[in-house]
Amino acid sequence: MSTTAAASSIPQPAGRPVWRRLIGFNLLTAVLLGIGGYYLGWFIGHQINGKSLEYQSKIDENDVALLLAYAFGVVGFLIGLGFANYPVSRLLGRPASLREKEAEGIGRYFGLCTDHKVVGMQYLIGIGVFFFIGGLNAMLIRTELLHTTPTVVGPNQYLSLVGMHGTMMMGMMTSGILGPFANYFVPIMIGARRMAFPRIEALTFWLLMAAGFILTSTIFFGGFPTGWTGYEPLNDQAVMGMDSYIIFFALVGISMCLLGLNMLATIITLRAPGMTWSRLPIFVWSVFATAILMVLAAPVLVATLLMAALDRTIDTSFFIPGGGGSPYLFENLFWFFGHPEVYVLAIPGFGIVLELLPVFTRKPLWGYRLAVSGMLGVTLLSFFVWQHHLFVSGINADLRPFYMLSTEIISIPTGFIFLCFMGTLWRARTTFSVPMLFCLAWAFNFLIGGLSGVFLSDAPSDTTTHGTFFSMAHFHYTIMGGLIFTFFAAIYYWVPKMTGLRFNERLAKAHFWLMFVAFNSTFLPLFVVGLNGQPRRVSEYAPNLHALNVWVSISAFVLGFSMLIFIVNTVYSMIFARVAAEMNPWRSKSIEWQIPHPVPVNNFEQIPVFDSDPYDYGTPVPVGSARPEPAGA
Amino acid sequence: MSEPNHARRFGAIWIVASLVATPLVIVLLGPELPPGNASAQSSGQVTDNTVLLGMATPVLLLVVLYLIYAIVYFRQPRGAVLEGPAIRGDARLQTTWIVITSLMVLSLAAYGTTRLLSDNGAGSGSGPTPLTVPKGPKLPVQVIAQQWAFTYRYPTYGGVEVPHLVLPVNQMIELHVTSLDVIHSFWARQLAVKADANPQVDNIAFVEPTHLGAFEVRCAELCGIWHGEMFDRGHVVTQPEFQRWIRRARVTYAPATKELPPYSKTYQPEPVRRGG
Amino acid sequence: MSLIAKKLLVVGAAVAAIGVLIGLYVADWATSFPKTVAATSAPPNTEGASLTLETVAAVGKQLSPSHPDWVSYLVRTKGRWVRTTDFNVPANSIVHVTIYQFDSPTGLRNPFLSQAQGTVGAPALDGKAFASIPAEEASHTFAVPELGVFVPLAGVSEEAKHPCEEGPCEPSTFDHRTITFSFRTGKKGRFRWQCFVPCAAGWYFGNGGPMQTLGYMDGFINVV
Repeated sequence: MSTTAAASSIPQPAGRPVWRRLIGFNLLTAVLLGIGGYYLGWFIGHQINGKSLEYQSKIDENDVALLLAYAFGVVGFLIGLGFANYPVSRLLGRPASLREKEAEGIGRYFGLCTDHKVVGMQYLIGIGVFFFIGGLNAMLIRTELLHTTPTVVGPNQYLSLVGMHGTMMMGMMTSGILGPFANYFVPIMIGARRMAFPRIEALTFWLLMAAGFILTSTIFFGGFPTGWTGYEPLNDQAVMGMDSYIIFFALVGISMCLLGLNMLATIITLRAPGMTWSRLPIFVWSVFATAILMVLAAPVLVATLLMAALDRTIDTSFFIPGGGGSPYLFENLFWFFGHPEVYVLAIPGFGIVLELLPVFTRKPLWGYRLAVSGMLGVTLLSFFVWQHHLFVSGINADLRPFYMLSTEIISIPTGFIFLCFMGTLWRARTTFSVPMLFCLAWAFNFLIGGLSGVFLSDAPSDTTTHGTFFSMAHFHYTIMGGLIFTFFAAIYYWVPKMTGLRFNERLAKAHFWLMFVAFNSTFLPLFVVGLNGQPRRVSEYAPNLHALNVWVSISAFVLGFSMLIFIVNTVYSMIFARVAAEMNPWRSKSIEWQIPHPVPVNNFEQIPVFDSDPYDYGTPVPVGSARPEPAGA
Repeated sequence: MSEPNHARRFGAIWIVASLVATPLVIVLLGPELPPGNASAQSSGQVTDNTVLLGMATPVLLLVVLYLIYAIVYFRQPRGAVLEGPAIRGDARLQTTWIVITSLMVLSLAAYGTTRLLSDNGAGSGSGPTPLTVPKGPKLPVQVIAQQWAFTYRYPTYGGVEVPHLVLPVNQMIELHVTSLDVIHSFWARQLAVKADANPQVDNIAFVEPTHLGAFEVRCAELCGIWHGEMFDRGHVVTQPEFQRWIRRARVTYAPATKELPPYSKTYQPEPVRRGG
Repeated sequence: MSLIAKKLLVVGAAVAAIGVLIGLYVADWATSFPKTVAATSAPPNTEGASLTLETVAAVGKQLSPSHPDWVSYLVRTKGRWVRTTDFNVPANSIVHVTIYQFDSPTGLRNPFLSQAQGTVGAPALDGKAFASIPAEEASHTFAVPELGVFVPLAGVSEEAKHPCEEGPCEPSTFDHRTITFSFRTGKKGRFRWQCFVPCAAGWYFGNGGPMQTLGYMDGFINVV
């Protein structure tokens, strides 16, 4: 069955006008109900605020109304998509069904669909759109930093752009790899037909889309000045745009937590016969480790933001020093979430790199157990390091030696990953295809990120580097260099399987080289800029740093241009050229490349039985470490 | 097919490169490292940064040279579809790696802790009750951060408040950093001081300026619309100049001083929120 | 071109069109500044330029439809009061500032700023020279920290008979205080100016909303 055949097989009831098909639970209804919910919340909020809270509300601003409007809007949006149908029908005593899965054609990508492969595609496109919006914010930031004083972008808008860029990237890209690739490939890799909770899987995606829209809408309400950290009490001082941040991050937190829960349940319960823990593909292990972090860290964020919202609306003073609260509480809670969060971004990158490496080096993964313990070690330790973000804050300064130690210890399990990377490359037969190039770039970027992290983890040295462009360059090396490079590796590696279409190799190589060079040319100088006195999030800086900033801005524009090459390649390859991809272009032994294309709705006719891990390279055994049992066996 | 002994060859390359590059980095780059030598703390941090860079150099070289080596030697020959050797690990190498990285990490942490304690917080904000306090006389100076300016108060000189920081050279300064509103961070780059200014918190940092001259002050924690504009220039002057300057300042700012509340570790101006 | 490719193209084009529109909107929003007003030349026999400002407790629907109750500075240009805080003043000259102050006192968070600094000669309150004012009588300040200029503005008494409720306010009609001062400009540059009195009602420490929004209590002095 080809894709075209699938598309033309949409049931078209004869004589049914188009407008009739628009009625029902679909995206259009969802948007209309979302808008309706928004105005209902707005109205109720004005009643509450106008009648009972007026004495303490901010003049000409109504946080209650906006928070309620967003909340009601999201609920309406989800009901419109059909998320309430199942619980309601179950309450009415009707039998359970997975009806949403059976939709066909291109339309299923625009609504509630419980097929994990459709959700994976939805994630890829949805996250991609918001990733580019976040990137455009960065372009505007760098345009402003061509000047030493606020000239192009106003100071309010500058801070909002910085906040939107950071929040968008940190929020949406938490699911950057788990959303598209784990949802698509984890069930296949472990030999399952679906995720454990398919409806929750769809919910995580649509929550994220609602969240992204809400964050972008902050510009209608004055933006927010706090950056992605949202520190109190500045948070409490901000105009209504801050509520967009709060709702955005709360929705992202809920989505993250559910996504992690779903992944854990799937990996623990739905593994096929023979898929023992020691045969689990390393990518699945990285998803497992990430999911633990998501489930444990995200609820803290949601609770913290709820407290911040209460502070902003009814003066609860959780974080207000004058009222008995403490900004330190916010810093602690935020980073208790925030530090695991950065490993939520990094660990899936480890998984992608180690998963792809054996395929392109034609060697088994070197040190499988070491890699797994590295990931789990990072997962465990990442909950014990958060106060290294607060070395100069004066909070519990006596504990600094402990946090210095725990932070530096976390580089031991990270070192495992590097050792496995290097071990797999040893005497390899490497083919330098585009995904492999991105993996090699990961090693370089993450190395620079890790080594610069040593300066930040050392309390005396952190005195100078904390809160400057040095730390900003550091985390761009780890997150952009670690996550985004592997994100593109995964795209070039797996999208041919997901769509059945091949990328243009020449454009892909151009994208890689331009991105790699421009990335380093953008962020390496920023270490120097930071050490020479430029704090983060400023739109005015010392004139002696002007030349370097101009250099960085121009490099950043080239980096942005490399993303345009990617878009052009995607549009050209997926819409115009449409060259069919080979069944197994990388000669991989992993099971996702052995099943038919496009992947059938239920993935396997027979649940496969595994007898080894998928890294059976370097031996004369040809293809197929996992074989479906013969029918009728 | 005769494979060269890659392990020995790469090992030799790495050791030679490290032996050449590490001393070069320490000797040539070390003294140029920020934050300079304007205070005892900044000189201390230059030493720390040099040690860290010296330790990072062989690690950087190991991975980068290995990547280059692997790209050059471990390639799939053009047009071939050869498989690599099926090595799945090496217990001895893994153990060695774990032991060495653990030792490096523990020695880094131990070194950092020693430096932090021996240098009295190394210029960083150490909270209201610092773990170590330098001996000898100290000049207390309060840094008051507000949206969006720093002002400075000298409690031992009649509590006079001034708009720009002036410090005497070769004198241990006890900075008390606090805020009147949101979180700021007082960063005197050349003096290697950084301490967050929190409302209701007295964050203490010690610094001993050793060179005369100007230094930059910037806010290093996002504090609202004018965060980037919240900068200032301070001066380190000789003791007699400092005495002359503060005497003049007490006269100049006499009208403001009589409006000021009595000196206190933190301030809580009322009200928290103002009604219309 | 196959059917699915056509469908993808339509969807892709629609997404791209919406994206471009959103992008243009965001770019327009990000690059918007309050409009710039140039200082007028000083009256005859005086060197330099002059700026005439007023502060109002509530700026009014006419000048700020979205936030009519916010506190704000206004500037007089071509005979009208305009809500903008971006001023051009000449380099290496004297700027004479007149501020009609219609708001009542709030008090300074940091009383240090109750002393006038950085002016040429002493500033005058209703024609009387002053060095400082009682901190709790301050209603606003006019401060350009980079130029060292800090001038506290005393508030109108709470018992005033004709308080101005909503801007723009005419000095001829309503009770006000008049503050005049001059400061010297040096080389060219762009300097922020702001108010240091926490005058934003309802916000934490009175420092949100209008205190953190360009065009109300914050702006730029462009020395050109």
